[in-house]
Amino acid sequence: MEVSRHWRLQEQRYKLVGETCDNCGVKLFPPRDVCLECAAPAKELYTFTGLGEVYSYTTIYDAPAGFEQQAPYSVALVKLEEGPIVTAQLTDMDEDEMYIGMPVEMVTRKLRTDGDEGMIVYGYKFRPVQFEMAVK
Amino acid sequence: MTDFNKLMKPDRPVGIVGYGAYVPRFRIPAKEISQMWTNGVGGVPIQEKAVNGLDEDVATMSVEAARNALLRGQVDPQDIRAVWVGSESHPYAVKPTSTIVAEAIGAVPNTLAADWEFACKAGTEAMQAGIGFVGSGMARYALTIGMDTAQGRPGDALEYTAAAGGAAILLGPADEAVAIINASYSFVTDTPDFWRRAHAEYPSHGDRFTGEPAYFKHILGAAEALMSEMGTTAADYDWAVFHQPNAKFPERVGKQLGFSMEQIKPGLLSPRIGNTYSGSSMIGLTAILDVAEPGDRILMVSYGSGSGSDAFDLTVTDKLPEVRANAPTTEAYIARRKEINYATYTRYRDKLKMS
Repeated sequence: MEVSRHWRLQEQRYKLVGETCDNCGVKLFPPRDVCLECAAPAKELYTFTGLGEVYSYTTIYDAPAGFEQQAPYSVALVKLEEGPIVTAQLTDMDEDEMYIGMPVEMVTRKLRTDGDEGMIVYGYKFRPVQFEMAVK
Repeated sequence: MTDFNKLMKPDRPVGIVGYGAYVPRFRIPAKEISQMWTNGVGGVPIQEKAVNGLDEDVATMSVEAARNALLRGQVDPQDIRAVWVGSESHPYAVKPTSTIVAEAIGAVPNTLAADWEFACKAGTEAMQAGIGFVGSGMARYALTIGMDTAQGRPGDALEYTAAAGGAAILLGPADEAVAIINASYSFVTDTPDFWRRAHAEYPSHGDRFTGEPAYFKHILGAAEALMSEMGTTAADYDWAVFHQPNAKFPERVGKQLGFSMEQIKPGLLSPRIGNTYSGSSMIGLTAILDVAEPGDRILMVSYGSGSGSDAFDLTVTDKLPEVRANAPTTEAYIARRKEINYATYTRYRDKLKMS
């Protein structure tokens, strides 16, 4: 497992830290350093609110290596309220609860473990908005 | 003779400036467990316990509780000088949980981070150290967490109660606090009532030895000494919370100290979520803070096997009602409930041998 790669992605994975474009105000996730809209440099860090909605979803029964123990699980394209769409697992819900447009919030969860002795990788997942104050 | 008494009081007054709870959504009823091992014959110590999901551990649960504490505390995470996580189920044997939490809440790099261990009182001993840290002026804020995904051997008495959950308490200057900590006290002896050896998957315990010489002796010792030094009796407190290994022990120890059921009820969560170990007394305190009014006085006493108790005397301030609704209540987490059967429980708790 690439320990250094996980470490490098930690900030965006734990906290949804992306970037914002000084020129046109577009928010970027993941951070790319160049604005996708106006091609201006976009290096200012921006922490996303973690709120968004399900744009589309699917359920994984035949999981890739490292995720077998979690199957079946749901993966969604989540449209963040600031605009970008991210791919992430859904959690804290039953499969029959999912629908397109479902309001979701970011949580930090265990993504995978590298066997019994390797590192534990943490990062963002999304769940249905659980409590009223979260949407304030 | 100095005026140095048994109480622990910092030079500068310290209080709780933010608090947050976390309980995972899965519940296994105790009757489901007794059905597995005793054909459902005999009594059970609680109704049900909270179980963490496959993607949850003490790090992820601490992050959510810490975020709730920050929502109420409204402090800049960069002003936190200590992130201390007390648990007996840290995800790694070597590698701090606390650095993961500190990173996720944005408190790095200008902070201490450490993992604490003292069976079920690891979180409250971090709180006492945090009081000293803030009270001495070394830190403006210290984040202390008690959180567990407790282990119970299949078929053992502890399997009915060993649960997942806990709370984060953000300590800071008393003038910003939702509750001022008037004093605290700690009472410890070498009492081997419960332990887990290195590499052992499940803890061992001394059965009935965990009662009188362990839980009751230490909680009574800590509570009586604190109240004696403070010149208080049970009647001076509006609320009390004790470590909750089951439903019976905290009720009994409360009664012995002169507390009524009304005083301990809001913080007595074990019947519905089980024993959250390092989180147990602290999450009870969060449930009390969810209902307490300015001026209310609270007694909290933890218990950790091995053994010791930390006792705290707190007074709620006018600020509590202003911040309470900034994060989900502890009861809201308890109401979020998905019942699972024993088979699902064995999978979620990694009890299935896959090879």
